[in-house]
Amino acid sequence: MSSSEKRFIYADNAATTRISADVLDAMMPYLTTEYGNPSSIYALGRNSGFAIEEARAKVAKAIGAKPGEIFFTSCGSESDNWAIKGTLARLAPKGKRHVVTSVFEHHALLHTVQNCGYDYTLVEVDEQGLIDPQKVKAAIREDTAIVSIMFANNEIGTIQPIAEIGKICHEAGVIFHTDAVQAIGNVEIDVNEMNIDMLSLSGHKIHAPKGVGALFCRRSMIPKNLIDGGGQEGAHRAGTENVAGIVALGRAIELATADIPKKVARVSKLRDKLIGNILKIEHTRLNGDPVQRLCGNVNISFEGVEGESLLLSLDNEGICASSGSACTSGSLDPSHVLLSIGLTHEVAHGSLRLSISEDTSGEDVDYILEKIPPVISRLRAMSPLWERIKAAEK
Amino acid sequence: MLYSDKVLDHFSNPRNVGEIPDADGVGEVGNAKCGDIMKMYLKINGGVIEDVKFKTFGCGAAIATSSMATEMVKGHTIEEALSLTNKAVVEALDGLPTSKIHCSVLAEQAIKAALSDYYKKQGIDPEPIVGNIGECEACHDL
Repeated sequence: MSSSEKRFIYADNAATTRISADVLDAMMPYLTTEYGNPSSIYALGRNSGFAIEEARAKVAKAIGAKPGEIFFTSCGSESDNWAIKGTLARLAPKGKRHVVTSVFEHHALLHTVQNCGYDYTLVEVDEQGLIDPQKVKAAIREDTAIVSIMFANNEIGTIQPIAEIGKICHEAGVIFHTDAVQAIGNVEIDVNEMNIDMLSLSGHKIHAPKGVGALFCRRSMIPKNLIDGGGQEGAHRAGTENVAGIVALGRAIELATADIPKKVARVSKLRDKLIGNILKIEHTRLNGDPVQRLCGNVNISFEGVEGESLLLSLDNEGICASSGSACTSGSLDPSHVLLSIGLTHEVAHGSLRLSISEDTSGEDVDYILEKIPPVISRLRAMSPLWERIKAAEK
Repeated sequence: MLYSDKVLDHFSNPRNVGEIPDADGVGEVGNAKCGDIMKMYLKINGGVIEDVKFKTFGCGAAIATSSMATEMVKGHTIEEALSLTNKAVVEALDGLPTSKIHCSVLAEQAIKAALSDYYKKQGIDPEPIVGNIGECEACHDL
């Protein structure tokens, strides 16, 4: 294969996304001329207030909810924290002091549950990264306050049977929350059809800026406040609104959910081309389910290679990606997600996540596929672990 | 991870990568579970390290510290190599992020492990000379 000119390829859309020009245009007035505080009585303030309500309606429409069920927050993590902590604070006095979640949730959920001081059960996932709804059912107790299962996993992209899990929760009379930060714009979501009571989402994963998120919550289940103060968001979430961010989120979610089947059809084709071709390299494995998978997610382990050096090598080729290796997580252990689906530490250290988007072109995919094999060969050639793997084969 | 230009250079263009088939001393430290293994090969003649090669499975810092450590001992005496500290390797690389200091410890240990092997092959007990090389002790410090 002839070597092409160095390009810049952003393949880390599960980490964050580019702010789209359309979204930037929509939010710009609220960073410049429309700076009024939405709580103010005069026209300048009212303009901001109207803009927020317009955005609220857009977010609601995107997931089949009512505007009154949408509360703006600062990010997905805040939404997760609020849903769990606020629900426990509300229901613990009524004897509901237990949470059911899964072992491979995002840390925003997992650490919240582990640190909140209440009882919890972590449901295991299978080797493909799928959750069996019956296991959720078995984990629900008399005193369960809330079940929280992520819609789609951020690392390996598996999409869970959310409607079925929601049905089980409702039959048991338990609140069902889902972290849909990765799913929004990639999966069609209807909170009513899918039996969802609470849902966390974030702007910066769908081409809005960082610093804005939302929690969908049924009116009868609003958690106790996480942030007290003024009367913003119906007195449920204090703090002067991030007007520009909220407007951006409204526009971004409108764009992201406009034609999901079309996006999924196009992007999953590119994803499958990446997966099929990368798996031709020996001693590799796909992490996560091949079918029940986010359209932009590729997660592959390369035996004998360490993830961070793989990322640095790809960065040298202009490719931005991420890994579940310990070195990139800042801890000794590799990703809890990869360990939860049964990978050994050795194999988990050598994982690569590429997350492509509607911005990714066929040429981008070809470029990535041209650059990965020599990078892997180079790192394996200097790896004593690879030497051992090859020696064991003989 | 904020790496210095020197670390990135040694990662992208590592010096002395490879093996020495007839090495006089070979040392391997670290383990796959922790995510880094370093293997050093030494060719020693008249108390001088004439050649050195390494192979490393690990992060950018692991590869860069291996590369720098080989440069710092090549052409030097055994005594000089034994006095190489992880701190000197870090300084030569214009610093390392705190979470990566253990990589420099591994590089120092890898050189010492190879020298221990050299002494063992000579029928000399290496411990009084090289000292006791901890088994992946950096991992336990984290």
